[in-house]
Amino acid sequence: MTALVAGLTLPLLAAFAAIALPMRARVPAALLGAGLTLAASLWLAVVVWQTGPVTLSLGGWQPPIGIALRADGLGAALGVMTALVMTAVALAARHEMAASVAGPRAGFGFWPLMLLLWATMNAAFVSRDLFNLYVVLELITLSAVALVAISGKAEAIAAALRYLLFALAGSLLYLAGVVLTYAAHGTLDISLLAARMAAPSDALALGLMTAGLLVKTALFPFHVWLPHAHSAAPAPASALLSALVPKASLLILLRLWFEAMPDLAAPAALLTLASLGAMAVIWGGLLALAQARLKLIVAYSTVAQLGYIFLVFPLAGGDGGAQVWAAGAWTGAIFQTLSHGLAKAAMFLVAGIYLVAMGSDRLSDLRGMARALPMTGFAFALASITLMGLPPSGGFTAKYLLMTAAFASGQWAWALVLAAGGLLAAAYLYRPLAAIFARESAVAPRAIPRSWQAIPLGLAVLSVALGLLSSVPFEFLQIGRPDPAAEGL
Amino acid sequence: MTTALPVLLLMTSLLPAGVTFFLAQDSHALRNALQLGGAVLKLALIIWMLFAVADGAAYEAEFPLAPGLVVLLRVDALALLFISLSATLWFLTTIYAIAYFGTKAELSRFFGFFSLCVAATTGLALSGSLISFFIFFELLTLSTWPLVAHKQDKPSLRAARVYFAYALPGSAALLWAIIWLESATGPVLFTEPPDLSGLDPAALRAIFALFIIGVGVKAGLVPLHGWLPAAMAAPAPVSALLHAVAVVKAGAFGVVRVVYDVFGAENMTALGVGVPLAIVASFTIIWGSVRALQQDEIKKRLAFSTVSQVSYIVLGAALASPLAMIGGLVHLIHQGLMKITLFFCAGIFDERAGVKRIDGLNGMGAQMPWTSACFSIGALGMIGLPPLAGFVSKFYLGLGALEAGAPWVLAVLLASTFLNAAYFLPILYRLWFLPLASGAKGDDRAPGLVVPAVVTAAATVGVGMLAASPISPLGWATLIVTQGYGP
Repeated sequence: MTALVAGLTLPLLAAFAAIALPMRARVPAALLGAGLTLAASLWLAVVVWQTGPVTLSLGGWQPPIGIALRADGLGAALGVMTALVMTAVALAARHEMAASVAGPRAGFGFWPLMLLLWATMNAAFVSRDLFNLYVVLELITLSAVALVAISGKAEAIAAALRYLLFALAGSLLYLAGVVLTYAAHGTLDISLLAARMAAPSDALALGLMTAGLLVKTALFPFHVWLPHAHSAAPAPASALLSALVPKASLLILLRLWFEAMPDLAAPAALLTLASLGAMAVIWGGLLALAQARLKLIVAYSTVAQLGYIFLVFPLAGGDGGAQVWAAGAWTGAIFQTLSHGLAKAAMFLVAGIYLVAMGSDRLSDLRGMARALPMTGFAFALASITLMGLPPSGGFTAKYLLMTAAFASGQWAWALVLAAGGLLAAAYLYRPLAAIFARESAVAPRAIPRSWQAIPLGLAVLSVALGLLSSVPFEFLQIGRPDPAAEGL
Repeated sequence: MTTALPVLLLMTSLLPAGVTFFLAQDSHALRNALQLGGAVLKLALIIWMLFAVADGAAYEAEFPLAPGLVVLLRVDALALLFISLSATLWFLTTIYAIAYFGTKAELSRFFGFFSLCVAATTGLALSGSLISFFIFFELLTLSTWPLVAHKQDKPSLRAARVYFAYALPGSAALLWAIIWLESATGPVLFTEPPDLSGLDPAALRAIFALFIIGVGVKAGLVPLHGWLPAAMAAPAPVSALLHAVAVVKAGAFGVVRVVYDVFGAENMTALGVGVPLAIVASFTIIWGSVRALQQDEIKKRLAFSTVSQVSYIVLGAALASPLAMIGGLVHLIHQGLMKITLFFCAGIFDERAGVKRIDGLNGMGAQMPWTSACFSIGALGMIGLPPLAGFVSKFYLGLGALEAGAPWVLAVLLASTFLNAAYFLPILYRLWFLPLASGAKGDDRAPGLVVPAVVTAAATVGVGMLAASPISPLGWATLIVTQGYGP
């Protein structure tokens, strides 16, 4: 329980320290906060592993009067992934700020925003109350939008504004759904909603909330804000935006469809969600193929990679939830969430290093970077293996589990999406890889310390290790896993 | 010990790979010691295991990743056949590669991936279940890509791209086939044939076709062979390894596993997929030979010859009669020995005489007697001259074809023999009988390059002469077939 509270309060305290302390002490305070929060997240995971889900009712008030927090395997695992990415980003940002002439705003704003984002992400992972989740989502959105705009360049401001408009529309839709739910049931607690009496407005409420969350998750066709927002931000911020931010709204979607209202999961709705995901996989992949800049390729790949996760709805949702393959499909989707987070953050951090070393992320300027900065080349290659879903990476485990479920349930079309998406990913990642590993290098790049190069490599290795050592994470994710068959009917 | 041994076997290449990546470019002694040490240790382990397995010992190690996703390493007779080949040839290729590269650039990267590639091949050989086979199959693709691209010039990068473009759709087909099959049968272990009754024959035929496409890309089955001649842009040791042990053989080994341990000879006949596979293999044998005839570069001709020769193994598997199986399995070893000899020699001709094209070989026999003699033995073996290795394979394949009631295969074998003669004998004629072109010179005073070639050439003679002894590849192949798959 202490670990749960620490994971929420430590980053907040550190965020305040990063604003209030004198200039010199801010970065050390932020880094200290990051280290402590990482420790708290790991500790929470250990506690969950040993004793099962950790539950906390705020102020001692039980729902429906109070608000419950609950860290299950899913929430704790996402918390650990977030902590690893955040720590890596913090370390990389320190290097990047030392190496580049960042504007005063970037130096001032980055640390508190990053830590605020961290605190709110952690809150999203453990919160059990739909309105509480709304507040958390708003805070995540606001810090994310600010991170996009932090450089102050015109294109960044434009991208941030577009993001803000989409996100606000999403928030309104979600809030409308929450209001309907509260009007019908008088509670917003996820566990209590699972045991509610069905009301006629439920379908509309779930639809509104889902639509809002889809916009925030940037699922096709709501993805248009994402690539430019993610690539306009400074590289460490891009890593946070692409690897972590969509995962919060995604998690709420999973909680709604698998825990709060699994009874409403009509086949048509599940099919729609997965079809949108499939289109995201194909369309995002095709657009990634057409980009000339590394950061845009990586950003469009996020659209595609998030699409896979939506295949979980027909494979493990609704009636399928009671089937033997449901656990595999559900866990596969979470594996995809985790391994994509690690690999995508690694890729953006590599892009950040190239931006500092070469002043550009155009593929034509990156030729031969692996020779000059070998560790970054390896990092990008390993992260690519994860995104292509090749063994023995975490991405492979995810795809294997999803594909097995697709075959077991007779829904072959989704397996086809997985296979095609993997080939598309190989195609769009081959171009940057070929450039990075080309022989020539036009200009000698700026020297980059090895300690900086090692950061993305570490994340990329973790994304592969998730596949090599997937049995423990697999079991971990089963802790407190919702069982719609038992709760739904 | 029974669980530790397969892991140890994998580690003899995996650990050197891991360490080599981090070595400085100029720490030649340490790098070479690591590579050779790993290779020798592995050979020793395998020899020890050969005796133990002949006595009936079984080795197994299991690593569960997720439900259904289990890496299972298991030593059986077929695994040992493949692994002894790869370990022996890896050792020789390592010596050759050290001499070949000398102090060229990026050697730590090269030898790192080189070892990783061998680790993948080892894992592939030891895989006891379909999904572990797939994992190592992919690891092999990934680890050979940097080897093909090693020179980083335009042709190499193009070759690497083409390789990927063929290999990845192939893997997708393989994974598709595996998951489709396992969705009906549960995880497939090679020790116990899966119960295929849950799938209708049409689905089983489709699965079989997907399997063959998946492994056939690596085995170079026409029309999936396009990457193989392109990959000739790679350095000579890589070509040698690719053609004799690693990639192409992994594909052929995969065909054998799929045919015998997944479907089983009986099911294959019942489904009527054996004959089509035999036809594809026969077509590949002829087509590869015809294309080889048209090549002017030594390595290109050898590459198409590989396309042709590897399909002997596929043919043996497809015919599914015991004698044909023996012929196919033994060719797995024999083709490896002969082809690696030829590639070693091609590399020596290039390095020591600057000869890449066939017309540059005129009169080299006197200049480079050792190399030319080894090349000649390899070529004659390929043609199938008794008592060399190739003859033994062809003899058994021919007998097997009669046994399987497919006498047309004899015509294929005969045609292939003539075509082999047609594209190899002119080279031998140039080597030994034509006068040296003015200004051309060469020597084979490079023991690091020549000795491995001499060893494999001697082995080509040896395995043919001693074919009747129980420790020969033929003896081992017979043991596998009579024990494991016999009627």
